Amino acid sequence: MIEGVSIQEIMAVSVILFFIGVYGFLTRRNLISILISLDLLLNAVALNMAAINRYLHPDNFQGHFFAVFIIAVAAAEVAVAIAIIVDLYRLIHSVDVEEVDKLKY
Amino acid sequence: MERLLFYLIAASLIGFGLLTVTSRRILRAAVYLFFVLAGMAALYFLMGYNFLAAVQLVVYAGGVVVLIVFAILLTHGIDHRLRLAPAGQMLAALALSLAGIGVSLFAIFSYDFPKVLREPEVEMSAIGQQLLSTGKNGYLLPFEVISILLLAVMVGAIVIAKGRKMKNS
Amino acid sequence: MTNFDYALWIPLLPFLSFLILGLSANKIKARAAGLTGVLSLVLATALSLLLAWSYFGAHGGGHEQAYAALQPLKWVWLRFTDTLPFEMGILLDPLSVMMLVVVTLVSLMVHIYSLGYMKGERGFARYYAFLSLFTFAMLGLVLANNIFQTYFFWELVGVSSFLLIGFYYDRPSAVAAAKKAFIVTRFADLGFLIGILILSYYAGTFDFAQLNAPDGPVLSKDWAPVFGGHSLMFWALLLIFMGAAGKSAMFPLHIWLPDAMEGPTPVSALIHAATMVVAGVYLVARLFPVYELVDYGAALQVVAWVGAISALLAAIMAMVQMDIKRVLAYSTMSQIGYMMLALGVSDGGADALGYTASLFHLFTHAFFKSLLFLGAGMIIHALHTNDLREMGNLRKHLPWTHWTFLIACLAISGIPPFSGFFSKDEILAAARENHFWIFAIGYFVAGLTAFYMFRLYFTIFWGRERQYSHKPHEGGWNMKLPLAFLALITLVAGFIPFGEFVSADGLPHHSALDWKLAGSSIGIALIGILAAMYLYSEYKQLPSQIARSLGPLYRLVERKFYIDDIYAFVAKRIMIDTIGAGVAWFDRHIVDGTMNLIGRTTLRLSSAIKGVQSGQVQHYALAFLGGALALAVFFFFRS
Repeated sequence: MIEGVSIQEIMAVSVILFFIGVYGFLTRRNLISILISLDLLLNAVALNMAAINRYLHPDNFQGHFFAVFIIAVAAAEVAVAIAIIVDLYRLIHSVDVEEVDKLKY
Repeated sequence: MERLLFYLIAASLIGFGLLTVTSRRILRAAVYLFFVLAGMAALYFLMGYNFLAAVQLVVYAGGVVVLIVFAILLTHGIDHRLRLAPAGQMLAALALSLAGIGVSLFAIFSYDFPKVLREPEVEMSAIGQQLLSTGKNGYLLPFEVISILLLAVMVGAIVIAKGRKMKNS
Repeated sequence: MTNFDYALWIPLLPFLSFLILGLSANKIKARAAGLTGVLSLVLATALSLLLAWSYFGAHGGGHEQAYAALQPLKWVWLRFTDTLPFEMGILLDPLSVMMLVVVTLVSLMVHIYSLGYMKGERGFARYYAFLSLFTFAMLGLVLANNIFQTYFFWELVGVSSFLLIGFYYDRPSAVAAAKKAFIVTRFADLGFLIGILILSYYAGTFDFAQLNAPDGPVLSKDWAPVFGGHSLMFWALLLIFMGAAGKSAMFPLHIWLPDAMEGPTPVSALIHAATMVVAGVYLVARLFPVYELVDYGAALQVVAWVGAISALLAAIMAMVQMDIKRVLAYSTMSQIGYMMLALGVSDGGADALGYTASLFHLFTHAFFKSLLFLGAGMIIHALHTNDLREMGNLRKHLPWTHWTFLIACLAISGIPPFSGFFSKDEILAAARENHFWIFAIGYFVAGLTAFYMFRLYFTIFWGRERQYSHKPHEGGWNMKLPLAFLALITLVAGFIPFGEFVSADGLPHHSALDWKLAGSSIGIALIGILAAMYLYSEYKQLPSQIARSLGPLYRLVERKFYIDDIYAFVAKRIMIDTIGAGVAWFDRHIVDGTMNLIGRTTLRLSSAIKGVQSGQVQHYALAFLGGALALAVFFFFRS
């Protein structure tokens, strides 16, 4: 618990960060940039977890663990995503989302 | 004092976050992301979660950002400037994000969170014991699952990134 | 009391053989396959002979006491309801023991004969597997202690018959014949099943012993008339008889039997002469007390008339057939008509002479008719044709076949001392006591039988020598031995005092020959034989002249009284062209139309909205987020 700071304020920071990530996710055209925005999203969520744990259930560490796991999964996700991006770049020499539309009808 | 620190960190988080998603130089975006992650670690320190902050710094700031930088250097030149999305899409995304912030903040501030007064110290040993316990609130199984996931990811990343070179050789 | 538990092994041995041969699936050598089949049947035959010996011998003979009906084995198979469980069991009484001997003996002969006849055929092991399966099914049917088990094996018999008729599955005619046999008998079995359901529902039991008991649930009650002046039980019995008529190829459900001759000839000898086709007779005999007493034997009257009409029609049709096996098929139908007739007329006297006579005829007929079929198989084996017009003067080439065939012909014509004489004479005696017209038909058919059988005999073995592509020769010992053995039985079977063993009430009866009647029946048989001899022993123009002078009448018979055509008309014109066409139109335009409409609408709709699927993840994410936000707003501000 941070002296003099309420849980609402921390959560507000988390929410703003989250939607900044959303904005980036929706507007960026580059796959790596989208990945960066995704990391923002994950971090915002992790912060939320930790804050709730700290302020509402200080006896336990569940939120704390979730934050740790989110970090681990994010690392995994980034590793795989970057492997795919590098491979894709070799394939079509571009990492632009608009070029990656093989799923289109 | 701590309150001041918090506001400072929060402002820098939001500022660097905005820069991350708006910068047109991708390498700079990665560096701004690094600052956001570091700020997050600082928040964890403030909350007393030293272990979490350390993990954040080591894994995210130390690992992920480096990985991203590598990927950028592998695919683009340093000077690469990103194209902008169509204006319509930008506007829609902006509107939606603002609306989301509005709805969420409304929800957060209209909800009456219970006050918990007791605040025990966070002991490292307690974290370790709960993380590796099989009893109530124990997290041993997810812990192991995560380790297997990481292994699979490692293998998968190598296989994917190695790509089609196998055939050529 | 002797222990009869080993009766279980009699059906199980062929079943084991079926399992071995069926599972080895043509991988097994032909020789080993044949040996497996024959060996299992040798054991089963030995067991059934032993069983008959100890069963009938237990009495020591002589004392006036009914043979006990034993049930050495019995267990509940399916318990659907507490009051009406399906049982499996073995019932031993004079009827089933007699059938056991007949089935195993004939089957054994056919198994041995097939070693030679089917030699070198593709699917030899499959053939033996089916033969064993059939034998198992037939033995299970014979030993059944309740009507549900009978039905169970009844259908199994039908299936294995289907498999054997269609053995040459690459021949379209064989496939068609197999289907025809299966569908016709299946149609008849529908009646059988409904009959069983009615009977068992009101009687509350499947068990033969209880159904037949004088104080049992069926016979102790007075059944009120419900429909057409007859009681429910009468109609149930009639439906059961429909199943019996289907299996036994009685008019008007006989049309499958001549076509079934497409199967291998030993199969015809086994299934369509000695065993399966008499299952109908067996079934009526099994339920004889019920048939006899419900509605004062009204159902038996139907049985008698159906038998008489079948006997007459079949005998007439047999006279004009040109295919050796078809003649025999119609002859079988005619003889089974005889048995039905005999069962039908035996409602009068306490000793129920017709019952004994019918089963006696079943017994003797099984042997001489399978002998005839196996002889015909020998001829077909030698000449590779079924057509009578390509045969003639074969007595020098096929001496064994000639003599055994002659014995069988004499037996079926009713000439003493061959077995057929005794049984046929008893039937005529029974009919005379009961009903004049049925007797007259029977008497007339006896003459016709002699005529067409000797037409066959003289055409094949006498008459003009034909040009044969190669010199006809007989098969090996494994084909001659069954012929000789069956001929031997045909010679002596008539002297078995059958009434001592099998009778309606289980008591031994002595039957004496009525020489006046016997003399007249021998007389008409001789007339038939002499007529055939005059017409066919040498090649003459006369038979075809007679045929021509009879004109439309001859055509009527040659086309089998147009019964097949009537069925075809009903099936094709009425059911397929009229009802079927309407249904087809409905299916094509209404059902398919609806489906097509749905399909086309979906297609059009999807092509209209497929632009939404841009393949751009960000578009999807935008839509997703918008939806999530809208939902969140909805839940927040709902109240």
